[in-house]
Amino acid sequence: MQQIINFLIRNKNSLLYLLLLFLSLFFTVQSHTYHKSKFITSTNFFIGGLYNWQQGVTQYFDLKSENEKLLEENKKLRNRISSLQVQDSLTSYIDSTSFATPYLYIKANVYRNDYSKLDNYILLNKGSKDSIQPDMGVITDKGIVGIVESVSNNYSSVISILNSNSSINAGLKKSNQYGSLVWNGKNPNVVQLETVPRQALLKIGDTIITNGRSTIFPKGIGIGTILDYKLDRSQNYYTIDVKLFNDMTDLGYVYTIQSNRKEEIQELVKTQNEQ
Amino acid sequence: MNNSTTLHIARFLLLVVVQITVLNQINFLGFLNPYLYIIFILLAPININRSLFLVVSFLLGLIIDMSGDSGGIHAAACVTIAYIRPVILRSSFGLSYEFQTVKLGNVSFGERLVYVTLMVLIHHLILFSLEIFNFSHILLIAKKTLFSSVFTLVVTMLVLVLFRRRDS
Repeated sequence: MQQIINFLIRNKNSLLYLLLLFLSLFFTVQSHTYHKSKFITSTNFFIGGLYNWQQGVTQYFDLKSENEKLLEENKKLRNRISSLQVQDSLTSYIDSTSFATPYLYIKANVYRNDYSKLDNYILLNKGSKDSIQPDMGVITDKGIVGIVESVSNNYSSVISILNSNSSINAGLKKSNQYGSLVWNGKNPNVVQLETVPRQALLKIGDTIITNGRSTIFPKGIGIGTILDYKLDRSQNYYTIDVKLFNDMTDLGYVYTIQSNRKEEIQELVKTQNEQ
Repeated sequence: MNNSTTLHIARFLLLVVVQITVLNQINFLGFLNPYLYIIFILLAPININRSLFLVVSFLLGLIIDMSGDSGGIHAAACVTIAYIRPVILRSSFGLSYEFQTVKLGNVSFGERLVYVTLMVLIHHLILFSLEIFNFSHILLIAKKTLFSSVFTLVVTMLVLVLFRRRDS
C-alpha cells in the first residue's frame, strides 16, 4: 500500500497529464460524433458574450455589402410578389382559418463562421429564447447554410454544410433524382453530391436544390450549380461537384426555418413504423 | 499574489481574447491562422508548480476549443507541450536551464528560435492530427502543420521581440 501511494506521489504529474489528455481526447471524439449532447460548445454565456462584444465593433465594416445583399433580395421578392398578385386575382382566395404557413423564418446574425477546418461550425446570436431548436435548417436568400445542432438560451451553433459530419438530402431541379450532399474538405465553395443514380441526365450548369424529403428544408431552396461530375468506383452512382450559390466565406445574416408540420409528419412516420 | 503572478494572469486573459476575436479569423490564404496563445506556455516561469501548470494549460486549450466548437484538440495539444516543456527546455538551453537561470528575454536568438520552433511544431502536429482525425488525409495534416507552424513561428518571434521587457 505504502509503495502504491509512493508511486502515485512520485508520478503525480504524469498521471495528471494522462488524465487531462484522456479528457481532451474524450471531448474530441465526442465532437466527431454527430448528435450527441456536448459540454464544450461556443453557445455558453462567456464565449457568446465575447463574440457579441466583438460583433458590436466589427459589424459596421461590412454594412455596405450587407445592404447590397438586402437590396438584391428585396428586388427578387418584389418581382415574386407582383407575379403572385396576378395569379391571385385569377384564382380563388384563401380561407382565413388555413393561414398557418408550413414554414416560419427567423432571422439571425452570424457571430462566427469557420470554413478553414474539416469540421466547421457557425455560431448564431439567437437561441431557445427566440424559439430556435435543434434540427432546424439555416439558409440565406441564396441557398442553404447548415442545420442547427445545439442551442442555449441566447446562442445556437450550426453544423455548416462544410462539415464532414453533415449530410443533407438534395436533388436535381429538373428531375426527381436525389443524393446526399457532403464535403470533401478542399474548397469552401464546392461541395459534393453523392449517390445520384446513373440514370440521371446531367449537364454542367444544372441547378441543384433541396428536395423536401426531410422535414428540415422545404423543397426548392437553391444549393448550387453542377461544376463537374463523374461516376464513382461502383459505376452505378454519380459524384457531382456542386458550386455553391452562397459564398460560405462571407455570411452576414441568415434565416432559420421552423417547420410547423414537423411534428405531424414525425407522428405519422412513427405510427407507420409501429404497425 | 505578487506582481509576476498578476502579469501571468493578465497575459492569459489578453491572449485568449486576442486569439478568439482576432487571430482565429485571419484565415490567411483561406486556411492559415496563427496560434499565438501558446506564448503563455512558452513564457511560463521555469520553476512553476508542474501540476498547476498542466491544469492551467489544459484550461487555456479548452477555452480556445470552446470558442471554435472543436472538441478538445487545443486542450490535448496544450497539455502535451506543457508536459514535455522541461525536456525541450533542457535540449535547447542546456546548462543554463539546469541552473534555472534561463530568461527568454536574454538568451541568444538561435537558442530561442530552437525552443519556440520545437514547441510550435509539436503543438501544431498534435492539433491538426486530432482536428482532421483521419490518417487517410496524412498529406493534408502535414501541409497544414507545416504552413501554420511557419505562420505561428513568425508571429510569435515578432511578438517576443516587440514586447520584450527592458528591465529583465
